[in-house]
Amino acid sequence: MLAALRCVIHRDLLLAVRRSSDVLTVLLFFVIVVSLFPLGVGPDPALLRTIAPGVIWVAALLASMLALQRMFASDHADGTLEQMLLGATPLGMTVAAKVFAHWVVSGLPLVLISPVLALQFDFPQELLGVLALSLALGTPVLSLIGAIGAALTLGLRGGGALLSLLVLPLYVPVLIIGAGAAEAAVSGLGGHAQLLLLGALLAFAAAFAPWAAAVALRISTE
Amino acid sequence: MRGERKLFGALSFKLRGGELLRIGGANGSGKTSLLRIACGLLEPTGGEVRWAGENIRRLQEEFWRQLVYIGHANAIKDDLTAAENLHVACTLAGNRMQPAQIGEALRRLGLAGCENMPARVLSQGQRRRTALARLALSEAMPLWILDEPFAALDLEAVEHVQNLIAAHVSRGAAVILTTHLETKIAAALRIDLERA
Repeated sequence: MLAALRCVIHRDLLLAVRRSSDVLTVLLFFVIVVSLFPLGVGPDPALLRTIAPGVIWVAALLASMLALQRMFASDHADGTLEQMLLGATPLGMTVAAKVFAHWVVSGLPLVLISPVLALQFDFPQELLGVLALSLALGTPVLSLIGAIGAALTLGLRGGGALLSLLVLPLYVPVLIIGAGAAEAAVSGLGGHAQLLLLGALLAFAAAFAPWAAAVALRISTE
Repeated sequence: MRGERKLFGALSFKLRGGELLRIGGANGSGKTSLLRIACGLLEPTGGEVRWAGENIRRLQEEFWRQLVYIGHANAIKDDLTAAENLHVACTLAGNRMQPAQIGEALRRLGLAGCENMPARVLSQGQRRRTALARLALSEAMPLWILDEPFAALDLEAVEHVQNLIAAHVSRGAAVILTTHLETKIAAALRIDLERA
């Protein structure tokens, strides 16, 4: 079973490497959206510092939305998904492997680049770690919740818009807690409580979301 | 039932090891739906499918581990090579293969020299051959379900796949397939679905 999971992850990463434009689109979208705010709001450092966590988090949320639809769509189109449904590995595990690969491709780059972008907002350098950590814990939750939405809207016409409507409200707690972690750190309260909550959300989502997405996949492929 | 339409009903059949079932019928008569029900992708509106006496809905992976299903779609990724595609297909089915075995299976299906080409540049028939090369590696699987396996294949490849199927049936395994071609394999059971 581990061989099959390794194989799914390896395959998805290999496909992402061979089709790197998809990965770059998400990353560039994130960079551009975040960079627009200092240009639009003006160069007041105090204001920029205040809005930094919120802006970066909202941009990360939208960027990860952008990649969601692709999670199962191409496998659905070429029949690989059917083979996964009939695979020797429980479908929930296969979905978990796919979500992991999806996060490595669409979430991890955002986490890695966020400290650089935060500098544009005069974000305190010693707190960049907290911001990156909140994203590192939060973006996998976004991918996991998004997987359920992507599975439910698979093969629907106009599925993209529906997916956003379905998934964005579910992202709200992650956004509040994630951005809250960095804000609390800036205001001197320390973001530990929020980071722990994010960790709990991640553990909960990792345990349940793949199975929910698996059920949704079975329904939407019937 | 597909949409509002009833495709077939009161259909009952039993397949033993060493038997080949050929499902015939016009386009739209429900052949693919029947195959999808048989492998558990589609839930029948009424009735059940049993494998060795147990409902496949309960068996799930235990049944799927013994099944090879090759549908209309080839499950071939354009950006992977033929060998990589075959490796992924086998590993997903819980059937790990060495690179040498994969190369051999592709050669047997007449794809020598195409192993390391991205599937994007392969023709429709070559993609079908890549998907069907899995059969050469699935001799241990007791049930093959094949949806139009001969579509897009040339005569030589049809001959070859028929030989693979005949050998599999003579090994005591069961095969279900839909096709418009006459198969030369003897003792085939037949079901013809009428257009409702």
